[in-house]
Amino acid sequence: MTSFLTLFYKELLRFWKVAFQTVAAPILTSLMYLLIFAHALEGRVTVYENVGYSAFLVPGLVMMSVLQNAFANSSSSLIQSKVTGNVVFMLLPPISYLEFFSAYVLAAVARGLVVGAGVLAVTVWFVDLPVRAPVWVLAFALLGSAILGAMGLIAGIWADKFDQLAAFQNFVIMPLTFLSGVFYSIHSLPPFWQSLSHLNPFFYMIDGFRYGFFGASDVAPATSLTVVGVSFGVLSLITLAMLRTGYKLRH
Amino acid sequence: MPSAIRIRDVRKRYGALQALDGVSLAIEPGEIFGLLGPNGAGKTTLISVVAGLARADSGSVEVMGADVVGEYRRARRMLGVVPQELVFDPFFTVREALELQSGYFGIRKNAGWIDEIMHNLDLTTKADANMRSLSGGMKRRVLVAQALVHKPPVIVLDEPTAGVDVELRQSLWKFVRSLNREGHTIVLTTHYLEEAELLCSRIAMLKAGRVVALDSTKNLLENFSGLYLKLRLDRQELPVDFFREIVSRDGDLYTLKLADFAELEGVLARLREGGIAIIEFEVQPPDLEEVFMRIMNRSE
Ligand SMILES: Nc1ncnc2c1ncn2[C@@H]1O[C@H](COP(=O)(O)OP(=O)(O)OP(=O)(O)O)[C@@H](O)[C@H]1O
Ligand SMILES: [Mg+2]
Repeated sequence: MTSFLTLFYKELLRFWKVAFQTVAAPILTSLMYLLIFAHALEGRVTVYENVGYSAFLVPGLVMMSVLQNAFANSSSSLIQSKVTGNVVFMLLPPISYLEFFSAYVLAAVARGLVVGAGVLAVTVWFVDLPVRAPVWVLAFALLGSAILGAMGLIAGIWADKFDQLAAFQNFVIMPLTFLSGVFYSIHSLPPFWQSLSHLNPFFYMIDGFRYGFFGASDVAPATSLTVVGVSFGVLSLITLAMLRTGYKLRH
Repeated sequence: MPSAIRIRDVRKRYGALQALDGVSLAIEPGEIFGLLGPNGAGKTTLISVVAGLARADSGSVEVMGADVVGEYRRARRMLGVVPQELVFDPFFTVREALELQSGYFGIRKNAGWIDEIMHNLDLTTKADANMRSLSGGMKRRVLVAQALVHKPPVIVLDEPTAGVDVELRQSLWKFVRSLNREGHTIVLTTHYLEEAELLCSRIAMLKAGRVVALDSTKNLLENFSGLYLKLRLDRQELPVDFFREIVSRDGDLYTLKLADFAELEGVLARLREGGIAIIEFEVQPPDLEEVFMRIMNRSE
C-alpha cells in the first residue's frame, strides 16, 4: 500500500510542481476555444431546445480537457522516465503491477479533474449552465479520465521516443476526441458519420457527461455508461497484461 | 544459509547477440565480489537479470534464496542496485528522491536513516538541492544512497567509480568496506583493476557472456600472473642467451619476466657465476591487470 501511495504522490507532485504548464495552460486553451467557437457559431447552431450553442459547447470543452490532460499525464510521465532512464527507480522496488497501474491512472484522473474543474470555473462565467444530474457528470468525468489515463500508460509503455508518443496522440487521441461531438451534436452529421461516431467510445464519454448538465443527450446515459465502463475494463486488462509481462519496460 | 546471489545457467539474447551465454555463479553472504570483463561482456545485463530489470531467456536467479521472478517482491527487498548510468529525476530534490525511494520499498518513516546515509555520503549540504543542479559525482552518490534506503543485505554497484575523482573514489571504497563490515554483501563491477584487487575477496571475469575465470583474488594473482624483475647491470653486453626470461632491454636496464619468486634464485645465481654486478634491482609483484589480460587473451 505504501508503494502505491508513494508512486501516486510522486505522480501528483510531478504535475503539481509544473502546474503552470500542466494546469494553467490547458485552461487557457479551452477558454480560447470557447471564445472563438462561441463567437463564430452562437445563434447559428441549435442543438437542444433552449440550450444556446455556447452552453452546449462548455461541457464538451470541459470533458475534452479532462480527457486530454489525463492522457498527457500518464503518457508523458512514463515516457520521460523511460527516456531519461529514471524508470529504474520504479522497476527496482517491489511495486506490483496493480499498484503501478493504479497510481498512474489515479494521478491521471486527478490531473484530468483538476484541469476540468478549472476549465469549468473560467468558462461558466460566459454561459448559463444548468447542472441537472451532477452524479452523471462526476461518473463520466471519473471513468473518462481513467480510460485516458490507461491509454496514456499503454502509449507510454509502447513508445520508445517522444515522437512516437506524439504520433499516438495525433493519430489516435486527437481524431477520437474531435470526432466525438465536442463541438457539435452528431445528429447534425450525415448518416454515415453518425453511425461511425457510434463506434467511438469518446462519443459516449462526452454525450453522457453532457447529459449530466442538460438532462438531454444523443443516446441514453445508461447506454453510454455501459459502453464507457466496458471500455475502461478492457483497457485496464490490456494495460495490466502489458505491465505483468514487463512489455518494453523489462527487457 | 542461502547464497546472497545464486545464478544458474542464465542465458539472455538480444536479437542475434548472445549477451549471456550460460552464466552460473554463487556469491556468498559477507563477500565483496568483483565482476570484471571488457565492454560488452555482459556485466550490466547480468545485473539487470538479477535485479529483475531484464528477464533471462532461461536459467534462474535467487537473491537470498528468493527467486527473482517467482518471489520478486522478496527478492527485490533484499537487493540494492546502483545503476551504471547516471540517471536521476529532474523534478525532485535529493531528499525527495530518497523519500520517494523509501516509499516505493514500503517504508513510510525513514528520515533518520536517510539523514544517516546522506551524512555518510557527504550529501547533507545538498539535501534540498534539485537533482538537476548536482555535479556528476554528487549524482553518483545519490544513486548509491537510493540503493541503500531499504537497508538491503545485498548491494550491487555497477561501475560506481566511473568518472569519479580520486577523493570520491577513496571515500566510496571506504564506504563500501564499512557497509561490508556491517554485514552487507557487495557485488561491484569496475574497469579499474587495482580497485578490484584492493576491494574484492573473489572475482569473476566475464567475456562475451561467459564466465572465463572465477576464483579468490589471491588465487587469481598467484596462478595467473608472473612477476617482473627490473635490473640495472654493470654492463651493456651480456653473453648470448644469458637470460631466456628477458622481455625488454633499454641500455643497461633489463626487464625479466619470471613465473614466480622461486625463479628469482636462479637468476641471481647466474649473475653471480657470470661475475655481473647489479646496480639497481626492482621486483614488480603480480597485478590483476596482468591476470586480466592473460585470461582474456587465453579464452580467445
Ligand atoms: N537493451 C539491449 N538491447 C540490445 N542489446 C543490448 C541491450 N543491452 C545490452 N545489449 C548488448 O549486450 C551486450 C552486453 O552488454 P552489457 O551492457 O551487459 O555489457 P557490460 O559488460 O556491462 O559492458 P560495459 O563495461 O561497457 O558496461 C552488449 O553487446 C550490448 O550491446
Ligand atoms: Mg555495463
